[in-house]
Amino acid sequence: MKGFLAVYLREILIIWHRLPRMLLSFSVSPTLYLIAFGFGLGKNLQVGGRPYLEFLIPGLVAASSMTQGFGINVEINVARFYLKVFEEFQAAPISNLAYVLGEILSGVTRALLSVSIILLITSLAGVSFSFGPAFWIGVIMNAFIFAALGVTSAMVIKSHADQALVTNFIITPMAFLGGTFFPIENMPPAVQIILKALPLTHAAKLIRQAAYGEGLRWESFVILLLLAILGLVLAYHSVDKARD
Amino acid sequence: MDAVRVENLVKRYGKIEALRGINFRITPGELFALLGPNGAGKTTTIRILCGLTRPTAGKAYFYGVDVFQRPVAAKKMAGLVPQTINLDLELTVFENLLIHGLLFGLSKNEISQQGRQLLRFAELLERKNHKVRTLSGGMRRRLLIIRALLHRPRILFLDEPTVGLDPHIRRRLWGLIKRIQQQGTTILLTTHYIEEAEFLADRVAFLDEGRFITEDTPQALIARLGEFAVDVVREKGLETKYFPNREEAEKFALTLAEKAETVTIRRVNLEDAFVYFTGRKV
Repeated sequence: MKGFLAVYLREILIIWHRLPRMLLSFSVSPTLYLIAFGFGLGKNLQVGGRPYLEFLIPGLVAASSMTQGFGINVEINVARFYLKVFEEFQAAPISNLAYVLGEILSGVTRALLSVSIILLITSLAGVSFSFGPAFWIGVIMNAFIFAALGVTSAMVIKSHADQALVTNFIITPMAFLGGTFFPIENMPPAVQIILKALPLTHAAKLIRQAAYGEGLRWESFVILLLLAILGLVLAYHSVDKARD
Repeated sequence: MDAVRVENLVKRYGKIEALRGINFRITPGELFALLGPNGAGKTTTIRILCGLTRPTAGKAYFYGVDVFQRPVAAKKMAGLVPQTINLDLELTVFENLLIHGLLFGLSKNEISQQGRQLLRFAELLERKNHKVRTLSGGMRRRLLIIRALLHRPRILFLDEPTVGLDPHIRRRLWGLIKRIQQQGTTILLTTHYIEEAEFLADRVAFLDEGRFITEDTPQALIARLGEFAVDVVREKGLETKYFPNREEAEKFALTLAEKAETVTIRRVNLEDAFVYFTGRKV
């Protein structure tokens, strides 16, 4: 338990020392997306009978919780390849599970911070949603899955440069195609099948339905739960790969 | 019971053999030094014993506990000071100790008390709330050492602890290491500084190309060659001969007076022993 706490606390202290810079950086992308797609391009658009802005914001929440959750891989890479702090964890009497859970939870914390910033900005823009438990369940599960993926990729890669490949080929396409900026139902049926296989698609649907006050989307919840368990198992087994 | 026992330890990276079956024992409270050139296998040995690298074959025990079968129990007994400074630069001195203490299961109270003592011991108490980024290289090294001592390890692994430091800081660290040993901690030290091993170690092992060449006390290794050495500089290079006493060394030197460019008589040191036994410079 103390091992898990140590790993988590380290990440939290890093966030704490960087908080002003971090909050500022968290607010840049959503603000730009809101200005460009929400207020600019989508000002007169409607999706499913709602203003495009109401469609876009839950999508941004899903995309942001994904990128910030996955972003823990950058911290791990710095700790592993630059600061070598990861060796301190390897030499400590803690289990792989304690390490993995500490890192994943810090990814979830980062995601919650970034989502809070988005919600703050959107509330200033006069858009309101339902932020019940279903909404936060969606955010946390999505962040958990991608933080687990971030830990796994950080353990498996051999250099910091390799990490950019994972981000460029998996995370960035998913951020655009996972039902965040447009309804995937607009795509051809064959493409829809692929897009429905993306975790972010289900997270975006779950978060959007919850934000509209329409309750928990159970189908997506079950899929995300299974993916979270799979992510945890993958991350757990990846830790030993980092030993040479 | 041995503090550390290593049996036939092998590490291969593909076709490269980093360790070719090394064996050694360290008794409790002893400071044992692995001396060898870069790539000899010193760091690999420590990395394997501390759980950072997987061994290809072999066994290791800390006070009878199998290091590879019971890694958590073994790691609790060990403290590692790695060659590369792996402190969190963005965190404060105390926060670095806090994280380490929690990793080793200490309570916040224990961390505070023990941390304070160690910071005073290493003359870093005034820097407790400063970010590590603001510390000098020597201060970072001292922090690295006391961090490894925070959980009171029975065995301390020091991997090139003074590499790249100024001579006066290096000597200050030697004093710190001696005091740690005097408190009963068993120490495995790797270094390629001969004088460091000679000053600190109770026993020294010469390691080269993944093999143990020989091991003994520094005095015994030196005594195997003699007491005095004669360095003879000729056109083809430096040649050194060893003699049991000064008289014989001087007698030999006189026979060379006209044939050599420079002849120097001096005491035999550990570097002579290393060069003699391994056939190469550290």
